[in-house]
Amino acid sequence: MQKSMTTEQIRALIARGKLKDRIFQALGIVCLALGLLVITLLVGDMLIRGLERLNLDFFTNFASRRAAQSGILSAWVGTILVMFVTALAAVPLGVAAGIYLEEYAKRNWITEIIEINITNLAAVPSIVYGLLALGIFVYTFGFGQSILSAGLTLALLILPIVIVSTREAIRAIPAMIREGSMAVGATRWQTCRYHIIPYAMPGILTGVIIGLARAIGETAPIITIGALTFIAFLPPAPFTVTGADGISAGLFDWVMSPFTVMPIQIFNWTSRPDPAFEINAAAAGFVLMAMVLSMNAVAIYLRYKMRKNIKW
Amino acid sequence: MSQNNISGLPQVSDRLAKNAMRHVSERLIEFVLFAAAAVSVLTTVGIVYVLVTESIHFFQNVPISDFLTDTQWTPLFDDAHYGIMVLISGTLVSSGVALLVAIPMGTIIAIYLSEFANPKVREVAKPVLELLGGIPTIVFGYFALLIVTPLLQTIFPELPGFSLLSAGLVMGIMIVPYIASLSEDAMRAVPMSMREGSYAMGATKLHTAIHVVVPAAVSGLAASYILGISRAVGETMILAVAAGMQPNLTWNPMEPAATITSYIVQVALGDLPHGSIGYQTIFAAGLTLLLITLAFNIAGQWMRRRFREAY
Repeated sequence: MQKSMTTEQIRALIARGKLKDRIFQALGIVCLALGLLVITLLVGDMLIRGLERLNLDFFTNFASRRAAQSGILSAWVGTILVMFVTALAAVPLGVAAGIYLEEYAKRNWITEIIEINITNLAAVPSIVYGLLALGIFVYTFGFGQSILSAGLTLALLILPIVIVSTREAIRAIPAMIREGSMAVGATRWQTCRYHIIPYAMPGILTGVIIGLARAIGETAPIITIGALTFIAFLPPAPFTVTGADGISAGLFDWVMSPFTVMPIQIFNWTSRPDPAFEINAAAAGFVLMAMVLSMNAVAIYLRYKMRKNIKW
Repeated sequence: MSQNNISGLPQVSDRLAKNAMRHVSERLIEFVLFAAAAVSVLTTVGIVYVLVTESIHFFQNVPISDFLTDTQWTPLFDDAHYGIMVLISGTLVSSGVALLVAIPMGTIIAIYLSEFANPKVREVAKPVLELLGGIPTIVFGYFALLIVTPLLQTIFPELPGFSLLSAGLVMGIMIVPYIASLSEDAMRAVPMSMREGSYAMGATKLHTAIHVVVPAAVSGLAASYILGISRAVGETMILAVAAGMQPNLTWNPMEPAATITSYIVQVALGDLPHGSIGYQTIFAAGLTLLLITLAFNIAGQWMRRRFREAY
């Protein structure tokens, strides 16, 4: 730098610095806007392209060889049933694991292994979970290519998300709550049952919704376990007569039924050469996006509410 | 005994018995909770077990040297070749394209949100990014095939209908939120006093961000890039939809090619008999994929330790 600068030179230097600041700020906004643009473009394009299919028939028709008569009945029913199994498996397991790690675990090497393991599992590609399920659930346990296999696979996939959000929610509860509970003679579990879990509930719920929103769009692991792409029937409803044999289905028969889900239906339609099916893919994609975005919106809203309301 | 009970109060020994019961059930509950936590370890063990045992069967039929050096991947043909490099090239090229988009964009967004944006903008921008990160990958695949590819074809008329380029670009957009949000967390963890020191010397915001905050947060940034790489390498549906699924040993993003992940999907879509060599190839491919992500993760952890700045 020169020995001395005139006031003008210093002003010019400051102006240059501020200009660079402003240019970078604009760049940041452009990058953010690009993200927003992608979302709008995606949703908008699918809505415009798929609009002509988005009527009641689309939801009540099975997939068909003719694009115009195809619907997503088996796909959305399958998605809901798989999500049901996933939630039933992932929520108790994930919450219990989170409680264990926060409230019970001693600082030893076993705990350390579990923690490192959860971090690493979050980075495992989802298709690898599909291979795990193919080897273990489908062939070793003999669950076949069923709703049960798919639900359990996705449950393992979202387990790290549920565990981490449970732990974060529990960690936010101040120690005085535990001390107060234990001071009046509650055991560790009673403290968890009547204080920790209720207070952590909104946080846990947020994590569960985000996890399920992730699971609902997962395609690769479900394709890997061998879900069929063309299904023109629904899983047997409990206590209804399905086949010609006149035997009514049991309460849990649907669990072992073959199935398809929304993302697989979309994949099937996008990979057909006939452009008429692109319209179906767009319409189904819009429905899937609506499901995922509304789940995420609920989670974001819940978290926002939580941050506002809870003051320890 | 009975005299004590006349008062209707529980006896000391009763209370102790109840306490002992309480103790037993507490231990039982602790064990159940521990078992739940152990499921995650079992998952890892299961993944490794399945991939390794099936791959061992595969490598009994195919020598490892062929697997690593052959330049053709035609496991389902009569003249079968098993050169994994063909699939790895597709994976690396598409991931490279994705990272060229995601790392600059994600870092710029992170710097902007952590150093420049006012809290209100951040409050809106973070959920928007989260929504972007939550879009199902199959929808991104649709986006790549039906919107981005035609758009690119107006710029590069010779671009085929399936290409690593358009799949990679969209994959990059998909990864931006992960990198942006993790990098932002890392930069926000840099103590305010460091920025104030820099401002006091007369530095501008940009100068402070690049020369003070970014170096201080570099281990967190590296971690976010590593996560981005794992996402890119493991991404499946965008590539299965938009990059075509023909095995193609190429380093040119303008060509269609199969990746490790899209090959697994392709095989899973057909029905190969359980135990056949074709069935085993997907486990060998899966093992390769896992090893690649593992290698990046170990490198990431090493970098974090090496460049960690403690305050």
